[in-house]
Amino acid sequence: MRRPTEEAPWLRWVLCLAAVGVAVLFLVLPLVAVFAEAFRRGWGPVAKSLSDPDALAAVRLTLLVAAIAVPVNLVGGVAAAWAIAKFDFPGRRLLMVLIELPFSVSPVISGLVYVLVFGAQGWLGPWLEERGVQVVFALPGIVLATIFVTFPFVARTLIPLMQDQGRTEEEAAATLGAGGWRMFLHVTLPNIRWALLSGVLLCNARAMGEFGAVSVVSGHVRGETNTMPLHVEILYNEYQFVAAFAVAGLLALLALVTLAAKAMLERAG
Amino acid sequence: MIEVRGLRLRYGGVAALDGVDLALRAGEFVALLGASGSGKTTLLRSLAGLEFPEAGQVLVEGRDMAAVPARERRVGFVFQNYALFRHMTVFENIAFGLRIKPRRVRPGRAEIARRVEELLALVRLSGMGGRYPDQLSGGQRQRVALARALAIEPRVLLLDEPFGALDAKVRKELRHWLRGLHDRLGLTSLFVTHDQDEALELADRVAVMRDGRVVQFDTPEALLAAPADAGVAGFLGDAVPVDCVVREGRAWFEGLPPVAVEGVAEGKAVAFLRPADLLAESGDGGARVVAARQDGRGVRLTVEVGAMLLEATPAPGWVPRRGEACRITVLAARVFPA
Repeated sequence: MRRPTEEAPWLRWVLCLAAVGVAVLFLVLPLVAVFAEAFRRGWGPVAKSLSDPDALAAVRLTLLVAAIAVPVNLVGGVAAAWAIAKFDFPGRRLLMVLIELPFSVSPVISGLVYVLVFGAQGWLGPWLEERGVQVVFALPGIVLATIFVTFPFVARTLIPLMQDQGRTEEEAAATLGAGGWRMFLHVTLPNIRWALLSGVLLCNARAMGEFGAVSVVSGHVRGETNTMPLHVEILYNEYQFVAAFAVAGLLALLALVTLAAKAMLERAG
Repeated sequence: MIEVRGLRLRYGGVAALDGVDLALRAGEFVALLGASGSGKTTLLRSLAGLEFPEAGQVLVEGRDMAAVPARERRVGFVFQNYALFRHMTVFENIAFGLRIKPRRVRPGRAEIARRVEELLALVRLSGMGGRYPDQLSGGQRQRVALARALAIEPRVLLLDEPFGALDAKVRKELRHWLRGLHDRLGLTSLFVTHDQDEALELADRVAVMRDGRVVQFDTPEALLAAPADAGVAGFLGDAVPVDCVVREGRAWFEGLPPVAVEGVAEGKAVAFLRPADLLAESGDGGARVVAARQDGRGVRLTVEVGAMLLEATPAPGWVPRRGEACRITVLAARVFPA
């Protein structure tokens, strides 16, 4: 017996094959290509290009940027989601739209904005320069651009869940004597922990991989302001294919580990 | 004990509370009865500090609560959907209010455990402390919510539709148990319901709400005997409105014998007739039995008088049959000018 919502067997097969085919062609194949290219001449060149000082500097910078941007977005995203899901206030809808802004704006523009604001010819650039603070073409600019681009991940993961859970548990906690902080710590946070972790991991994956916005504000100073994605591009443009794919492979690996962690968490949750 | 004066609150321009006055005595069990949208839940939430009235006062033991946040009111609140903490065990749920107390007044670990066990026994859930809310039945969850609210030794217990989500049998059982608990612990309780049977059966006094106002606040007996207005009369006791004319101290109906009324202005009026107000006897009196069915409360008789269908009580000893002619006597009626 076939259920009314079920399609004919051949059609199901065709749809499944199409889905798998598309996934292999556009998702799996490129990933395989990255690793295949990197290891074309065996382990030796890969190890050599990864131990290059510039490559190591790029890895360090990428991890440092992620280590700053992700916690900032964790706090900011939770605060935004909490405000939107649990309270009614004027400007609530506007805030929701603003949260999605980084998704809809091209990353290049996000980077340019920071150059315009903090750059040498920018609004705040001269003022900051007098005080010896460099934002653009330095770590602060890269961090700011990364924070901007990856802001939506945590908030967007949490908002639907928190809205769905409603406010009554928090209200119950309040009538039982809990203040805001305890309420958040003992009631809200445990209810969102899995979604929060998953949002943080996505945010992390993107923070490490961000190219466009970072490219604009970084200045591409080798060994100093080059993150891994920028380093990959430079190597590629210099026809150092094995080195480029080696670094790209490492970056891909970091992303894969993140995704695997996320998948495992979702199963546990 | 707990008093509300002139409470007003609007949602998007619509008045949810439109000048509510209510005063509870210590130890009372009071029902807030009204149709949905009458403002009863909003009133309850205002008492707990979960809504913020625009005007009026909430007084608890004589103290104005306006500046007192929900967490400091010591008001026990049982939510309609129970709002149990889903990631905590039953034990942790009940212990929550004790564990989050400021350090200097917080009971010790052993004391908390003892109190929780005591509460578990009180709500007849001993041994269930390790379960999670989603492993419990509706009635059990309700009792956990109650135990959790009682853990903070509230000055007043507020219950929002406490039996609403339960099936009929559990509901009946639980409401008598709750009433017993209230009496035993000497609580002051206020519960919201839209079920008049529940309100009239359980409460010491019932506050009938309509359009954001308390239209009558009295004992169940007084409410049934002397409803404040036509709305309350129509709402309570399965009353059917019947047009009549008041003249010379009597209400005159079409097709029914007149009945004496007091204090109603002469002229057109509406009489609210309950099944118990109409006595049906065998004999030719212009009425006819349409249906007679036996249920748990006795025989329910539906009679046709002219074009009207009314519920009546059969005279003792008479077994009515469908289609049989009968005679109606109006024993009493609550009459309001039309």
